[in-house]
Amino acid sequence: MGRGVAITGMGIISAIGNNVQENLRSLTSNKIGISKITQIKTIHEDEIMVGEIEDSNPVLEKQLGIEANQWSRTVLIGSIAAKEALESAGITDINEVSTGFISGTTVGGMDKSEQYFYDYEKNPGIRQHITGLHAGDSTNKIAKYLGLEKGFVTTISTACSSAANAIMLGARMIKSGQLDRVIVGGTDSLSKFTINGFKTLMILSDTYSTPFDDNRKGLNLGEAAAYLVLESDGMVQKHRKKVLGYVKGYGNANDAYHQTASSENGDGAVLAMEKALKVAGLSPKTIDYVNAHGTATPNNDLSEGRALLRIFKDRVPEFSSTKSFTGHTLAAAGGVEAVYSVLALQNNLIFPNLNFQTPMKEFDLTPITEIKEKPIQTVLSNSFGFGGNCSTLIFSKEA
Amino acid sequence: MKKSVYIQSVGSVSAQKTFDNSSFLEDIITYNDTTIRVIDPNYKEYIPPAAARRMAKGIKMSTVSAKNALTEASIEESEIDAIIVGTGLGCIGDSEKFVKDIIDNDEQFLTPTRFIQSSHNTVAGQIALGMGCKGHNFTYVHSSISLESSLLDAKLQLEEDEAQTILVGAVDELVDHHVNTHHLIGHIKEEPTETSNVLKSQTKGAIFSEGAHFFVLSNKKNEGSYAELLGIKTFNTLQIEAVETEIIHFLNDNSLDPEDIDLLILGNNGDVEFDTYYQTLDEGTFASHPKAYFKHLSGEYDTANGFGFWLANKILKGSLVPSAVLRGKHEIPSPKSILIYNQYRGENHSLLLLKKC
Repeated sequence: MGRGVAITGMGIISAIGNNVQENLRSLTSNKIGISKITQIKTIHEDEIMVGEIEDSNPVLEKQLGIEANQWSRTVLIGSIAAKEALESAGITDINEVSTGFISGTTVGGMDKSEQYFYDYEKNPGIRQHITGLHAGDSTNKIAKYLGLEKGFVTTISTACSSAANAIMLGARMIKSGQLDRVIVGGTDSLSKFTINGFKTLMILSDTYSTPFDDNRKGLNLGEAAAYLVLESDGMVQKHRKKVLGYVKGYGNANDAYHQTASSENGDGAVLAMEKALKVAGLSPKTIDYVNAHGTATPNNDLSEGRALLRIFKDRVPEFSSTKSFTGHTLAAAGGVEAVYSVLALQNNLIFPNLNFQTPMKEFDLTPITEIKEKPIQTVLSNSFGFGGNCSTLIFSKEA
Repeated sequence: MKKSVYIQSVGSVSAQKTFDNSSFLEDIITYNDTTIRVIDPNYKEYIPPAAARRMAKGIKMSTVSAKNALTEASIEESEIDAIIVGTGLGCIGDSEKFVKDIIDNDEQFLTPTRFIQSSHNTVAGQIALGMGCKGHNFTYVHSSISLESSLLDAKLQLEEDEAQTILVGAVDELVDHHVNTHHLIGHIKEEPTETSNVLKSQTKGAIFSEGAHFFVLSNKKNEGSYAELLGIKTFNTLQIEAVETEIIHFLNDNSLDPEDIDLLILGNNGDVEFDTYYQTLDEGTFASHPKAYFKHLSGEYDTANGFGFWLANKILKGSLVPSAVLRGKHEIPSPKSILIYNQYRGENHSLLLLKKC
């Protein structure tokens, strides 16, 4: 099983930009995407801050050239990011080789379902959104928009680790030779459903989130879509593809501790990181940068920090949580942070963990707070979710 | 060298009496309705009442089905290396109630339980939590290929020996708002229909239902093994004209020819608009192949093919095709190879290939 999994394209839309270049510009100029919520009417608007994508649905629909109010926002942003990924990989005929599409989502078309919940009976003009509640429906619509036919298309929903797991499955299918190439990542739009759900769990911050800070108050929800194109060695050689980086390692484990909270010592996170290092054939000391899950909830950052210490001992690599820029984009987070990990490799940059002031009292860990240049060969990215789902991906410059 | 993959045990909660694995579709329940529900097992035998009270039905059905599969495989919970669950809509009853509460109470007085249970991965998460299983834990939510994606993931791991024993499941629950909205768009039959006649109904839509099917898969065969899982393929789209060709390709990829298949299990649900995909197999290469059907017993839902997969396993292990799944009088003595073809409304097609072991 010596096959490499090459990353040949990527696309993203988030609160800090509508494409890869805009995201990079924001990351390198400390332009954060967190603000008051404007596109959803909620009674919590004065108590929360979110990472919203700037464009409204009509603007996105126009960009995609589709009719008004046919798709959920999850599908709109997913289509934009997936299209950019394909284009950046130089793919013009998606069906010429065996191609898959694996997407993570938690809400699917919930934005429309909650908007029209009581209206379907009297208003036939909105019934196109009824089947949109299926998470799989959003993925199928994006696949159709990309023109993918007779392909392997599936959806993963493991809460906030969904996109990381989509990348993992894609990498495994390339390695085993089941697919020549695959588009992997995730998409989630903001919805009242998630805002109120996280509100009941009392883990939303009323101000800018401060990952790994002793005075952190919780997370900022965000929305985003981000995808990578993964291709086999054979494809890269045959088509002389430019390679942006490699998916070198991956690991998935379950914390099996609590439905929504992480274990105190980060058992699941430790297992996921150990597995990923093993698959990559790397020792912890070769990791140059950790893009942490770092949601800025009291529970996550403590658990993840302890897990980092258990894996890396007294040599924890430079780390940061870019959620301070984008908010926590739930199912898309693993995709967003995969794109940022590749950008870190390409540009030899560590992106800052904004808003950090005071180290946590439980341990001596300080994230990178200003952009830093450094040769980077390997990046480790964590994504954890409800249901105990813990995932780690390792990206590298060399196969 | 890739390892072979075997189905070691089955667990089923469905609209038929399938949770008692000692019988096999001998006593068929018929319904005359547009939707049908599972026959509830005695949940108290499996779940402490205090815990059951707040549990979503999808979790309860899954708990029974998973426990039955684990018991039959006679393995310790600690031997499960991974848990993979497919579900079209997760515990959608809780999602609906949470959305309703948000709207009715203007985003106030909400409690977290319903939100937590509406997370699609809640079933896989709760099973892992209950068993203390820290291994690979995935949830696939891709409409009618949610189970098939889960089986594919499990097969990949078992073949590469990354795991030796995996619990794979599929669950969907039937709830009011979902039923009402799908009535509006004609996906559910307009008139109550006799399940025994549904496959010949010549009307649009399906009889909606629910169920939970769990299986223990392993890369080590033993005397209790049901069948070997030879292949899985899914297609997001498939032209009706391409169905036969793709099936033949799939068989060839698995070093088989059409004549090697003893029985086709098809996902007909009695929807006159979309059963045409299966009817193409009544002509051409597969015209004379024996065919079995199951959605007149299980009803239609995203993971209804769990019933189809359960059926194939039971047939291969018991060397018996129950008359309830056949049209007309066929004698199919001891089938060795079964192909299952399923799709829903022309999307998300799947092929599953099983062999007696």
